[in-house]
Amino acid sequence: MSENLTPDKGTTEPVTPVTRQGKISSRTIEHFVAPLEETPLAAVDNVDETTVSLSLWADAWRNLRKQPLFIISALLILLVVVVAIVPGLFAHVDPTSCTLADSAEGPRSGHPLGFTLQGCDVYSRMIYGTRASLTVGIFTTLGVLIIGGIMGALAGYYGGWLDTILARLADIFFALPLILGAIIINQLPLFRDNKSVWTVVIALVAFGWPQIARITRGAVIENRNADFVMAAKALGLSPFRALMKHVVPNSLAPIIVVASISLGTFIVAEATLSFLGIGLPFSVISWGNDISAAQTQVRNNPSVLLWPAVALSITVLSFIMLGDALRDALDPKARKR
Amino acid sequence: MTHVSHINNAKSVDSKTARDADTPLLEIRDLAITFDTSNGPVHAVRNAHLSIMPGETVAIVGESGSGKSTTALAAIGLLPSNGRVSGGQIFFDGEDITKASSKRIVELRGSSIGMVPQDPMSNLNPVWKIGFQVKETLKANGLAGANSKERVAEVLAEAGLPDAAARAKQYPHEFSGGMRQRALIAIGLACRPRLLIADEPTSALDVTVQRQILDHLDRMTTELGTAVLLITHDLGLAAERAEKLVVMYKGQVVESGPALEILRNPQHPYTQRLVNSAPSMASQRLQSQKAKDALASAAAQTQESVSADGHSVPVAKDPMVVPSSVSPVIPGHAAKGETILEIKNLTKVFKLRGALGKATDFKAVDDISFSVPRGSTTAIVGESGSGKSTVAQMTLSLLAPTEGSILFDGVEVNTLKGKALFDFRRRVQPIFQDPYGSLDPMFNIYRTIEEPLKIHKIGDKKSREKKVRELLDQVSMPASTMQRYPNELSGGQRQRIAIARALALNPDVIICDEAVSALDVLVQAQVLNLLNELQEELGLTYLFITHDLAVVRQIADNVCVMQHGRIVETSSTDEVFNNPKQVYTQELLNAIPGASLLV
Amino acid sequence: MVMFTFRRFLQLIPVFFGATLLVYFLVFATPGDPIAALSGGKPMAPAVEAALRAQYNLDQPFWVQYGLYLKNLVTLNLGQTFSGQEVSAVIGRAYPVTARLAVMALAFEAIFGVFFGVIAGLRKGKLFDSTVLVASLVVIAVPTFVLGFVLQLVIGVQLGWAKPTVSGTAPWNQLILPALVLGLVSLAYVIRLTRASISENMNADYVRTATAKGLSRRRVVVVHILRNSLIPVVTFLGADLGGLMGGAIVTEGIFNVPGIGNLLYKAILNGETPTVVAVVGMLVIVFVLANLVVDLLYAWLDPRIRYV
Repeated sequence: MSENLTPDKGTTEPVTPVTRQGKISSRTIEHFVAPLEETPLAAVDNVDETTVSLSLWADAWRNLRKQPLFIISALLILLVVVVAIVPGLFAHVDPTSCTLADSAEGPRSGHPLGFTLQGCDVYSRMIYGTRASLTVGIFTTLGVLIIGGIMGALAGYYGGWLDTILARLADIFFALPLILGAIIINQLPLFRDNKSVWTVVIALVAFGWPQIARITRGAVIENRNADFVMAAKALGLSPFRALMKHVVPNSLAPIIVVASISLGTFIVAEATLSFLGIGLPFSVISWGNDISAAQTQVRNNPSVLLWPAVALSITVLSFIMLGDALRDALDPKARKR
Repeated sequence: MTHVSHINNAKSVDSKTARDADTPLLEIRDLAITFDTSNGPVHAVRNAHLSIMPGETVAIVGESGSGKSTTALAAIGLLPSNGRVSGGQIFFDGEDITKASSKRIVELRGSSIGMVPQDPMSNLNPVWKIGFQVKETLKANGLAGANSKERVAEVLAEAGLPDAAARAKQYPHEFSGGMRQRALIAIGLACRPRLLIADEPTSALDVTVQRQILDHLDRMTTELGTAVLLITHDLGLAAERAEKLVVMYKGQVVESGPALEILRNPQHPYTQRLVNSAPSMASQRLQSQKAKDALASAAAQTQESVSADGHSVPVAKDPMVVPSSVSPVIPGHAAKGETILEIKNLTKVFKLRGALGKATDFKAVDDISFSVPRGSTTAIVGESGSGKSTVAQMTLSLLAPTEGSILFDGVEVNTLKGKALFDFRRRVQPIFQDPYGSLDPMFNIYRTIEEPLKIHKIGDKKSREKKVRELLDQVSMPASTMQRYPNELSGGQRQRIAIARALALNPDVIICDEAVSALDVLVQAQVLNLLNELQEELGLTYLFITHDLAVVRQIADNVCVMQHGRIVETSSTDEVFNNPKQVYTQELLNAIPGASLLV
Repeated sequence: MVMFTFRRFLQLIPVFFGATLLVYFLVFATPGDPIAALSGGKPMAPAVEAALRAQYNLDQPFWVQYGLYLKNLVTLNLGQTFSGQEVSAVIGRAYPVTARLAVMALAFEAIFGVFFGVIAGLRKGKLFDSTVLVASLVVIAVPTFVLGFVLQLVIGVQLGWAKPTVSGTAPWNQLILPALVLGLVSLAYVIRLTRASISENMNADYVRTATAKGLSRRRVVVVHILRNSLIPVVTFLGADLGGLMGGAIVTEGIFNVPGIGNLLYKAILNGETPTVVAVVGMLVIVFVLANLVVDLLYAWLDPRIRYV
């Protein structure tokens, strides 16, 4: 900007036209010409028709397929999703049929990981707990994407007072950490009395959206003044349709990356809330609840706490690794020539 | 005129005279450089050789990707981490740099070999003051001394920075581009190196600033006896500044020798191509193939032979494809020569936010008027900040003017709404500068060119596909390009796609905002030729926004010269070039590198 | 610079009001009666209920209530807990403990995070880098409370290197383990951020120019890469202070630290609304002030923004 406004102060020298006739050396300089066969002349700027053509997503996919980080995380996520949908395939013991006679018993045939204090099968509860965590993670991420995505995109694209208001609003929500905000919402009488997966989702969405809004806003701002958007408008496309057709698709990559990592952190947040006793109701089988229940006997029977914690960590880890892999694959800098 | 001090130079002058002046200071022999990429090794430079005598200026000329910068960076041990010298030697003062220890290379850098980098905007660390960045150079090479502050100011003043002592206390973002480049020159020459590597030192700057800085650099290096390795894409500039030229193409040296000799008598076909296309050498407007044929046959009738030597004809004769197989379209509206676009008293004021939200007015465009005749090309030429792009955006109705009117075919553009605006969009199309930004990377080429047809609901799927094929053919791109994505194409190819998209709606006017500025010389010539042929065929009107007078010479019929938001001179192209009225126009003309070398 | 500080300060005012308003609104104005909640849902004598309503200004219109709350917050007149203690006194006892904990955690993040991040960034792709990267991923994935239990069990109980729980006075040495747990996740983020920032800046043009000037490798790294790379890290650390306060709820619970987090958690479980609102209001003030400090640090590190 400064260059546009202030004239170059370096122009203090006289601008007497120097007759520039080129320099002629006193030395003799050999005139070398490479033989033509060494560097055959190609036509100017011809299209290389031999390469395979790929869209951005196809290109990213091709890169991803070769990345061990992606393969491992994708397989793990697939496993977790299948377990969440049909837990019965993996565990044949009812996680809710607990007999106090088995309280804190060790592993035995059919019960590979032993029993909890209440005499429930640890393995079975670990398998059945997947669904709650994944549901909260996925729906919170969806909610955050919808609210934060729309807010961020509108603020970034239209700017002006809308941007100012939305940015301040995001700042306000940012001032309260996710866990703290969710705790406050969850202890409201309305929420405390109706505990379910959905109250947890709402609480997390309410304080989780500003992050996605910021990322989206940044990505949209980066693209809104791109020449291709200007060109589309000059073709007669309305500003809103230019946003939908050109700006949003080009802004998706960073949002997807952050959403994937956020999904992991939302699962951790849910577990933390359940651990504190203000997340999911105890009737729902969840890793957070099980860890919470196991904490009293962590010193004499740590494996009861360990197994749900391991399942939780692996799930979160796979989403974060997926985000990392996507970040590398979708990096626009790597794609630009 | 700045005074160049010789205090620190005494030693090197002595050693220089002691040595045989006929041994090269830098000699590169059979150099090969390889980059390890994820797709396997890439041989960026092969068999390169060049030599620089003490005090001599040698220029490496080539297009982007020719390996010219890579060769130069190897000479100062600054190859990127995935690059390595895979063969040959680089002798600096008889010492092979490719075998030197990293400690030795650190010793050489700054004090024996200096560097002036390309982009002044990114080459100064934004978080340190200019003076600090100069001082650490002196310090690192043991030249700071007791009064380092004064020495810093001296060095900056030598590079032509006014008020140097005060300027040294500022940060890079408080400097303009030209001033930053001067600071970088000061840094490069601060320790009196015997060799200076100048990598496109002025290509990011306006022509007039470019000329001043190069003049200054010339003077300084001559006085200090510094040898210069100048890297440039501009043949005219190279020929004007260097004794010796080295032409690189695809990682190899194809020709080298005395600068003027190469310019006047190029031997290698690539060099010939370069000389023929160099815009700064052009002396007349491009002519379409048809007009040329007519001219040639007329000439053949009167005179038996047409000169085969084509220095002054900017159109090359070798395989640069020019479309010829398209049926001519007769412009349907007004006759050629009639005014199609008329700009009257146009003004644009931007409100700039100052401290504490105080708004200050900035007149980007100040009361300008001009008209564009149908079927011709009008160029608006000016340096950065002159307001020329703002004019383009207002003419496209993408930006509302503060005052004044824009008449298109007699209709006021500003007040257009709804359907009328939609129709206007169909008839006036833009082509933008950045070939990497003007196409949506998520759209394949077919969708890109089809988009205008879809927006304006023209034809069905089948007829649209046919139209896209036709358009691709018109811009000489194979039909297989349809399934490709912009990132798979080169800058010039993208620009041709942008032209095809602009043509899809059969517009009357195309507004080219620096449409060829980012392209390599040969590709630029090719695109200009294409634009010219299309104009002839389709009766198009161009409004051509550019900073480059050389391009104006090749494409424009009329010129408006803009400075600080005003039009200072407007006339026919020939008149402006042959008989410039304004000092500013003369300055601009004088700044075109190499203009006087061929005539 | 003075101007810049002033402007930043002005911008933080709406954040403070907005955040406190939000919390107040959530706690007092959402469906469900806070007074009924106070008594645990049991029926209450009308006189007692009216007295309670008057005490918390619930008989006033919402905006008046909020204004009084702010006034009380600023004058530290925060009401009483169920057990009849002054809330301000309780907070006064708990605050220094949490402040100590947070400062230790932050220092731990900043020192080790930047140290490992810089080395990993400079040696991108080497063994050290990969090890640090994998370790940071694991730390992020394992929830803080699990890490807390594991470290408490291993270091506190089995190895006996530190006391597994913190005593009432919460001296510095007993807080080391809780601070480690509290800062560990953010430490991983700091490492990743520093690493990315360093490896990006290593390819910057000005770094190449600095090398071309003849500077030693060490000087190039320290003077030209490090300072520029720290800018985003500083921003993260400032914003993280708020996150640490949230994390303190879990960490203090596990190690039984008598700090703000523990206080807040107990108040929430017992439904002590005035304490909740007061503590959260204090946290917002801390967050806002931390942001101001970050902005000033940022301006000091990056001269470009002082003039924006």
